[in-house]
Amino acid sequence: MDKRQAETAEKQMVEGAAEAKFVTRGVHVFYGEKEAIKGVDLTIYNNEVTALIGPSGCGKSTYLRCLNRMNDTVESARVTGSILLDGTDIYDKKVDVVQLRARVGMVFQKPNPFPKSIYENVAYGPKIHGLASKKADVDAIVETSLKKAGLWNEVSDRLDTQGTALSGGQQQRLCIARAIAVSPEVILMDEPCSALDPIATARVEELIDELRENYAIVIVTHSMQQAARVSQKTAFFHLGDIVEHGQTEQIFTNPREERTRDYITGRFG
Amino acid sequence: MSLSILVFLTAGLTFAAYMSGVFRVRAVSGGNLSTLHSRPTYYGAYVALIVGLAALCVMILWLVGENILIRGIIVDGLPEAVRNGPPAEMELALGQIANAAKAGDAFGAEPYVSQLAATYNAVSASSRLYMTIAMFVAAAGGFAVAYSQVKPETRARNRVETVIKAVLFLCSCVAVLTTLGIVLSMLFESVHFFSMVNPADFFFGLTWDPRFSAAGSGGEAGQFGLIPVLWGTIFITLLSMLVAVPIGLMSAIYLAEYAGPRFRATAKPLLEILAGIPTVVYGFFALVTVGPFLRDFGGTIGLDIDARSALTAGIVMGIMIIPFVSSLSDDVINAVPQSLRDGSAALGATKSETIRKVVLPAALPGIVGSIILAVSRAVGETMIVVMAAGVAANLTANPFEAVTTVTVKIVSQLTGDHEFTSPQTLVAFALGMTLFVITLGLNIYALHIVRKYREQYD
Repeated sequence: MDKRQAETAEKQMVEGAAEAKFVTRGVHVFYGEKEAIKGVDLTIYNNEVTALIGPSGCGKSTYLRCLNRMNDTVESARVTGSILLDGTDIYDKKVDVVQLRARVGMVFQKPNPFPKSIYENVAYGPKIHGLASKKADVDAIVETSLKKAGLWNEVSDRLDTQGTALSGGQQQRLCIARAIAVSPEVILMDEPCSALDPIATARVEELIDELRENYAIVIVTHSMQQAARVSQKTAFFHLGDIVEHGQTEQIFTNPREERTRDYITGRFG
Repeated sequence: MSLSILVFLTAGLTFAAYMSGVFRVRAVSGGNLSTLHSRPTYYGAYVALIVGLAALCVMILWLVGENILIRGIIVDGLPEAVRNGPPAEMELALGQIANAAKAGDAFGAEPYVSQLAATYNAVSASSRLYMTIAMFVAAAGGFAVAYSQVKPETRARNRVETVIKAVLFLCSCVAVLTTLGIVLSMLFESVHFFSMVNPADFFFGLTWDPRFSAAGSGGEAGQFGLIPVLWGTIFITLLSMLVAVPIGLMSAIYLAEYAGPRFRATAKPLLEILAGIPTVVYGFFALVTVGPFLRDFGGTIGLDIDARSALTAGIVMGIMIIPFVSSLSDDVINAVPQSLRDGSAALGATKSETIRKVVLPAALPGIVGSIILAVSRAVGETMIVVMAAGVAANLTANPFEAVTTVTVKIVSQLTGDHEFTSPQTLVAFALGMTLFVITLGLNIYALHIVRKYREQYD
């Protein structure tokens, strides 16, 4: 990333068109000896969808998994650099990873509802965090979360059926409801639609756009069209580095870098 | 000619048939292998299978028929008095004759014994000779038929496949038929037993007292109450589960979720070695180490613990069963998809919360299946109980007293010095049948649960 870009990014932050949620500077991730990410600087804003695009193996999922420290579960992984969430370094020793993950929710590539009832799936997070003590409060959280995820109308009469019995698109929206239920501030989505059919994808994309009002959203996607449709900011990753980032419109209509142009026009990747 | 030499000869013939089949088809094709339906090895295999199976079938049928034939001849030669006497005495005489024939000496038994032993030897020698001839005739016939079919258009490959399928089918039948045979023999002997002892006295009787001394003397028949021994089985199984389930399950959780790859690679095989130790060694361990230790320990804290107690057997059997629970549970826990753990962690659950609330519930049916398999293992255990809990059939809920189990009683009833037709012996079959029904039920239940588990995610 050149100096000019960094300056525009900083300016945007200062101008406060949107409030910065995550500020990451010089993030490196190593898997053993291999360097998967080589110094990524990126700022993620509130009430915006930031899309991470790039060919497979370019490090975008790895970067995403740094933001809620899911890389901690990989033993050989090592993260350096600074990742500030509201000004606090999340890799600081004092930060409780359990609380961090309650603030930064995640939706995975393949829908992974627990083999429990729909109700239990959504109530899981609030129960372990003690967000609600009375049954009525939990019921309310379950209902609002399912409504926000656009699933309430389809499942309100069968909350006690298994979450795994739903269709793929419904399962993914259930996972989104599950993430919303702990009232996070940021939602990370790792290719949330790659296992879904076009209709379910459209439904989830609509949902992402609605959720933008309340959360900062970071989405990894392989679909250029999806990035163009749902995101306001786009970052193009290549070989563990950010080649270019900025307003989605600008990236897709007038990229500054040759490599970005080649990638979004489908000449490589 | 001894049987092993015959088997070797058959193998040699089969190999020769294989080679001749291969050469024959090469000759017939005139060197142009592409005109053949199958590759030459299949023609060879076809001829070899026909020859080998023909010889083997004749041999097996002959050996089965031979016994019946010889027995008929010997029975005909028995003196009238023995032949028409009680069946048990006739069997005894037949056994004497067979032994005399093998040893070449009747050891001063009645003269007809040595006489018939000679007949026995003569008949079996000539039978062996005829069998050899019949085998070679069958092999030659099979060879002639198969060899004439070695032609390019013969579908040798398909025929070999058919024969192999038939052989595999027969092998699987052996296992099924054996089970069936065991069940039926137990069933018949049990029915025989219940014709002498009232089933209600057996199933609901509270006293186990088979009266070995009274048997045959025409006095009391003894009491065969199932409850005390069945209770012993249940009691010891329960105690062993109290040891095995928590330790096995927790070690499985540690191995599957927390242990590093190096610790796991060392600990898991070591744990599984426990399953490879012969149970008699465990029994020894119980008798020499655990029993006396518990007795002394009980003494210091003022408890009266017998050296042979249900507790000793339960603890040692529990240790024996740990690997069954831990190894199977470890596999089921590992089978829970990583995506579920990630999903839980991403919601801010700690590792133990994830295990307790997501992993274990998802793995529960499989874990229950492993426990039930462990229970059926415990129910069938004998050696440890004999050495650790004794042979006294007490109906007690005190784990510090000696009890005994169904399997132990089966052993002691069958190794007693008794006629095979007395209830004292036949009760073993009724006990075995009861045990069989219990373990069968448990296994079916376990399979049912494991199957249900497979449908869980996806």
